[in-house]
Amino acid sequence: MSAILQGAGAATALSPFNSIDSNKLVAPSRSSLSVRSKRYIVAGSDGTNNKTFASSSLIARRSDPLIPNAVATKADTAASSTSSKSGHELLLFEALQEGLEEEMDRDPHVCVMGEDVGHYGGSYKVTKGLADKFGDLRVLDTPICENAFTGMGIGAAMTGLRPVIEGMNMGFLLLAFNQISNNCGMLHYTSGGQFTIPVVIRGPGGVGRQLGAEHSQRLESYFQSIPGIQMVACSTPYNAKGLMKAAIRSENPVILFEHVLLYNLKESIPDEDYICNLEEAEMVRPGEHITILTYSRMRYHVMQAAKTLVNKGYDPEVIDIRSLKPFDLHTIGNSVKKTHRVLIVEECMRTGGIGASLTAAINENFHDYLDAPVMCLSSQDVPTPYAGTLEEWTVVQPAQIVTAVEQLCQ
Amino acid sequence: NTSKLKQEPLSTHHHPCSCRSSSIFHLAKKSVFSQIGKTKKMTLRLRSSSWKSNLLKILRHNHGFGSASHAARHLRQKPPHEPTLRVSQNPISRFCNTMSEKLSSIGEHEDANTQVMDFPGGKVAFTPEIQFISESSKERVPCYRVLDDNGQLITNSQFVQVSEEVAVKIYSNMVTLQIMDNIFYEAQRQGRLSFYATAIGEEAINIASAAALSPEDVIFPQYREPGVLLWRGFTLQEFANQCFGNKSDYGKGRQMPVHYGSNKLNYFTVSATIATQIPNAVGAAYSLKMDRKDACAVTYFGDGGTSEGDFHAAMNFAAVMEAPVLFICRNNGWAISTPTSDQFRSDGIVVKGRAYGIRSIRVDGNDALAMYSAVHSAREMAIKEHRPILIEALTYRVGHHSTSDDSTRYRSADEIEWWNKARNPLSRFRTWIESNGWWSDEEESDLRSRVKKEMLEALRVAEKTEKPNLKDMFSDVYDVPPSNLREQERLVRQTIKSHPQDYPSDVPL
Repeated sequence: MSAILQGAGAATALSPFNSIDSNKLVAPSRSSLSVRSKRYIVAGSDGTNNKTFASSSLIARRSDPLIPNAVATKADTAASSTSSKSGHELLLFEALQEGLEEEMDRDPHVCVMGEDVGHYGGSYKVTKGLADKFGDLRVLDTPICENAFTGMGIGAAMTGLRPVIEGMNMGFLLLAFNQISNNCGMLHYTSGGQFTIPVVIRGPGGVGRQLGAEHSQRLESYFQSIPGIQMVACSTPYNAKGLMKAAIRSENPVILFEHVLLYNLKESIPDEDYICNLEEAEMVRPGEHITILTYSRMRYHVMQAAKTLVNKGYDPEVIDIRSLKPFDLHTIGNSVKKTHRVLIVEECMRTGGIGASLTAAINENFHDYLDAPVMCLSSQDVPTPYAGTLEEWTVVQPAQIVTAVEQLCQ
Repeated sequence: NTSKLKQEPLSTHHHPCSCRSSSIFHLAKKSVFSQIGKTKKMTLRLRSSSWKSNLLKILRHNHGFGSASHAARHLRQKPPHEPTLRVSQNPISRFCNTMSEKLSSIGEHEDANTQVMDFPGGKVAFTPEIQFISESSKERVPCYRVLDDNGQLITNSQFVQVSEEVAVKIYSNMVTLQIMDNIFYEAQRQGRLSFYATAIGEEAINIASAAALSPEDVIFPQYREPGVLLWRGFTLQEFANQCFGNKSDYGKGRQMPVHYGSNKLNYFTVSATIATQIPNAVGAAYSLKMDRKDACAVTYFGDGGTSEGDFHAAMNFAAVMEAPVLFICRNNGWAISTPTSDQFRSDGIVVKGRAYGIRSIRVDGNDALAMYSAVHSAREMAIKEHRPILIEALTYRVGHHSTSDDSTRYRSADEIEWWNKARNPLSRFRTWIESNGWWSDEEESDLRSRVKKEMLEALRVAEKTEKPNLKDMFSDVYDVPPSNLREQERLVRQTIKSHPQDYPSDVPL
């Protein structure tokens, strides 16, 4: 059964930089990996990776202003549960919990540690029921010291366990920065490869509903520079479960960014075992006019804007980058080569965020393919205000996205 | 009456213990933090009305949650003999206040002088006298030692017997460590090594503690414990390879000298950051406990390291997790130029153990026999009883902090000289083994000349050995090099091709 093979072979198949595929570093090898996982991708990629992008000529695209077809969002929600005969519906936090539970069943070394993760079930219920099932030792409630329990997780990982460390809010992991940067990111390297640190550090971040400045941080900005770690952001129940499982199976330390406001998203996901490639971006909506790169909660603002844009005659290509470190420049590059216009929509602050790095990477690698400067919509460089009305204005809204697209596509 | 109490149904109202019932909780709908305010209000209301009747109500309510496992978990009457992995029966009970099962204690003691109150953690007696606990006890915690300053066994001393073989091995390793340190230090001064940090004066802590451990015990060192590696079989050549960062270095030339690591000897790679290894050790201990291994985690740190937050949090964690870990503090009087009087105001580090609920001992760090006995006993307790142990070893840092330091700038040469001569750990132990007829002058000079020759040869070989390949700059950042790192390596190689004269000649491409 292919599903089981996928799961079993996942550890080697995960990285697109597998030595088997290294000979063919162009599209075919990537698609061969994504084809395997593609079958299960619900709201995500279709066969775009296989298409040639010379379908519409450059000249035609430049002079042809707008495509007047009112095709609604392609392959978005309609094509759910394509492959599986029966899926099951659940909320995002349940998907995370399911992924975590399946991995804990599969491998007795996987354990969870964090504040209130045990019998309380976690602040966002991601670890609900796990303590009852696996015991207090495998689902460990820790005292309040992020640096210490992250350090603990690293020590446990070096001795053979696979801890999933939860930060109650990503912002609290600032306290764990020392352990994450100096030990987690470095020890595999400085030990000459003798010790691996297969931890998963996860937690909710991003701007919520009036949680205050300290609880609305975007940690991906701060962590992105640390060598040795990988960062991924989930946005749907499907990719949440897939990324959680992939992160746990990875030998590298992975930071999984969840979003406070996305935990109650409902979706139908396949029953069979699947994982999502950690380094791969997700094609949310293929299009021709402009590439919109986004991740996490902003994906939904972008899709909302996309509806408006389609009604206005635009055809945006929306990509959920998912992999924040390293960027999936392959998928992104192919999209840029097709549309020649890029808009990045993120929740990070303008200065030093994921968008800033992505802008630099795109400019560096795909400068020749751009018809317009890369535009990046981010939050302002202010601490998130508590007042709801002000908070709303620190986050990029669909109307701004529509305006930006119109501006770029002139 | 008691049976009625046990049938008390689970109430969903908030009560002033620290638990939050599951009915509160809903993610994005309601902020998690809004409930804290409600709990506070309950507590205030309690004080205003008759405390006893309310307390009884609460006790009845909580007792409904109480169960044998709950009490056993929180009221630690005696250490369990069988290491059990406990799973709490009733999820709610785990959070609630620790209430004694004996409700009868309330209401019986009308006499104000003998009133007790059940608080989290157990019963607390009241006192009408206003008394502050003194910041320090009248006498300092005594220091355990077995050999006196002259290396004579103190009468009536308790210690773990060591065989001749072990004793000779301990002493030989102490001598080897001393010679290794001296030669590496000199090599740095001569410009052959970039950096070095000696452990002079702390040989007994290094070797004797290692001797009392088993090879399965995992070590999380700071940076002044190469003796533990030496004991376990790391060769002088391997030490030299790491210091020179050549291609035989297990760390592949990536770290500074002295930052050794060996997974096969269970010695975790030294990370330069102070005290970060302490929570790592607790995590490892937790891992060993989960795997039910007959081993413990051991971590070393200095007096300065105990000021770091990581030390305190890790101690606290270890106590709460009941993790089998040994915390060995080398109190050597100095943290670079900071003396202990500027580092803390407590009676050393040993008294901090009690604050976290950890059994502790103060040992004479320059007495190899005492160190051996203390670590041996501590290890047994840690593994059998699943508890952390704190060992404060009093010693002196005879050498400079490192080759980047000149300690005569902040301390007197006399002080250094005195500790090096009068309190030397090697001479004390040597006296003892010689008194047993296990050592002689001839063996001493034989050993010293042999080790010196071996060291110089190791240096020579390590110096000549090729450095690691350039590709090792990019490998092991991840399990497999990602595309951005492969690209960056390509760029570096390209630059080297166009500027070959700027590239070091001893680093192979």
